[in-house]
Amino acid sequence: MLGLNRKDFLLFLVVTFLALFAPILLNPFPVGSAMAQFNAGYPDLMQRFVIFGIFAIGFNILFGLTGYLSFGHAAFLGVGSYSVVWMYKLLDYNILPGLFLAIVVSAVFALLIGFISLRRSGIYFSILTLAFAQMSFSLAYSVLTPITNGETGLQVYTSDPQILMSGFSPSSPHLFGLVMNDSSYLKFGGWEFTFNNGYYLCAVVLMVAFYLSIRIFRSPFGLMLRAVKSNQTRLNYTGLNPRPYTLAAFVISGMYAGLAGGLMAAMDPLAGAERMQWTASGEVVLMTILGGAGTLIGPILGAGFIKYFENIFSKINDSILHSWFAFLPDGLEDAVVFIIHPFIGKGWHLTLGILFVLVVVFLPGGLVEGGQRIARLFRRKPADKTDNDTSAKTDPAE
Amino acid sequence: MGILEVKDVGKRFGGLQALGDVNLSVAENSCHAIIGPNGAGKSTLLNVLVGKLTPDTGSVMFDGQSVLGLSAHKINQMGISRVFQTPEIFGALSVLENMMIPCFAKRDGSFRMHAIENMMREKDIVDWADRILADVNMADKRHMHAASMSRGDKRRLEIAMCLAQEPRLLLLDEPTAGMARADTNNTIDLLKQIKSERDITIVIIEHDMHVVFSLAERITVLAQGSPLVEDTPENIKGHPKVREAYLGEAAA
Ligand SMILES: Nc1ncnc2c1ncn2[C@@H]1O[C@H](COP(=O)(O)OP(=O)(O)OP(=O)(O)O)[C@@H](O)[C@H]1O
Ligand SMILES: [Mg+2]
Repeated sequence: MLGLNRKDFLLFLVVTFLALFAPILLNPFPVGSAMAQFNAGYPDLMQRFVIFGIFAIGFNILFGLTGYLSFGHAAFLGVGSYSVVWMYKLLDYNILPGLFLAIVVSAVFALLIGFISLRRSGIYFSILTLAFAQMSFSLAYSVLTPITNGETGLQVYTSDPQILMSGFSPSSPHLFGLVMNDSSYLKFGGWEFTFNNGYYLCAVVLMVAFYLSIRIFRSPFGLMLRAVKSNQTRLNYTGLNPRPYTLAAFVISGMYAGLAGGLMAAMDPLAGAERMQWTASGEVVLMTILGGAGTLIGPILGAGFIKYFENIFSKINDSILHSWFAFLPDGLEDAVVFIIHPFIGKGWHLTLGILFVLVVVFLPGGLVEGGQRIARLFRRKPADKTDNDTSAKTDPAE
Repeated sequence: MGILEVKDVGKRFGGLQALGDVNLSVAENSCHAIIGPNGAGKSTLLNVLVGKLTPDTGSVMFDGQSVLGLSAHKINQMGISRVFQTPEIFGALSVLENMMIPCFAKRDGSFRMHAIENMMREKDIVDWADRILADVNMADKRHMHAASMSRGDKRRLEIAMCLAQEPRLLLLDEPTAGMARADTNNTIDLLKQIKSERDITIVIIEHDMHVVFSLAERITVLAQGSPLVEDTPENIKGHPKVREAYLGEAAA
């Protein structure tokens, strides 16, 4: 189906289903219930899941397939956001020209940065990309203030030309009149579900991005990228030049990042230099590794996982903890809260760090490997034989 | 004129003259062995032939064209394939995928962007890869993870990958080093089969005299970077200088 084999098509269906029904699936707890703080089905957070999912899917095409670890992909994220806001300023709030420009401009940036960085491999490549991203950051932060509006960040002012703006055009981001901020609501017993236009736009883009990534993984081009990761010497002595392949992968992943950055500005019409900072570059590395580098679904899982915990853990505070452990005797309650305290709220990065270490040490294949191990446990019944099959299989895991 | 002409090639590493005035002429469709004690410069010579090293002096002509200064993938495209002292294969890929890569390279050249097509639906490539796997008796290993195979099978796969490109010159650097007897014999049989079925020139570096005398039509003995003698296997066996410089040393 759709030019995919059965397994990949199923995977695509699963992702489609999850994306389309996320507003319901992520809100399993009724409003006002004690567990409601674990709900994630609100537009702002869901948009972030999906946008970072796209970012990580693209990053995985470079890192997962070729093994080239870029520490500078946030630069393209920023470039994408600035492009979209500029189109708002010049034309109007329709997001389409901006997203198009975001992809084109980030491709050009990626071509330049990739062309130079890919002259080296391994740690030198990573450092070069990091250097370029930090240069982009300081350009955006100070040098190029006329284009980026420096520290303040780029935003739309009433004095901007907005030449396509008419009396009827919405005054916030929209797609041909479909306003991104608008939502419809569904109330059902104690539950409330929010269906946000912006989220659904991002979800559709995610599906397309994911579909394309499956096609790339299964293509001859994808095979060459995996060959680059596996053995460059053999590739050279097979008459193939690895450089154009890695450069193409770099540009494609840069375009994904630009698109993700563009979508951020499509949801919220702002762009700031901090989006280009190295922490953002590092975050996508974490997402990809945590989910499972080189697997199809891993980056989406990793992005969702990190963004979910970032939100949930950072929202928990001491008073919530006290209410959870109220059943304990007073002294013990305080002690438990005291122990947990460093891992929540602002300290959630500590939790993330621990989770990351645990995953890398015990599940080098990321969450996907965890899932596969669990699936294998359940399939153990026909014993021995299956084990040989799985080790002999070499499809890059789903 | 042979298909491969090496003239006065010299290469120094610091104070060490790894190669000095090497002259070598390999006739088309022959099998030429290079033997010599450890450190004689055999691998260095091979590295010069495939563009991994640039010699300080001399020239290397393949089929009338100079190969000096060309990058490895360009030299490969001229029709020179190389098997390494330790097998260089794509360990992370399946055997079939390993085989498909040289087939794509042969069909599409050094770079082609097929990013949307499904590789398993490129029927000509899959068939081609399967045919070569059958040729080298590896059809049953098609789905195996390449890294999980025995050393002998890895070597066999590496040779098969080189064959898929239909090279005119195949360079082998100690193809049986570290192999069990049975694997060595299998490799000899495979190389004999290749020689009889194809128009191909083979240059082989080997320490194992059994392998050398089973395959080679001519032998060059290299010692301290220069060719000592070049002759037929029969004459080499009895050559006093060779016994002294090489065989004697091996026997001692
Ligand atoms: N890249 C290099 N830099 C410095 N010295 C080198 C280099 N490559 C080889 N040599 C030296 O050149 C000499 C010839 O090495 P080479 O590998 O060609 O020998 P060989 O005949 O292949 O030996 P063996 O039978 O052990 O494989 C050796 O003394 C080696 O140490
Ligand atoms: Mg050697």
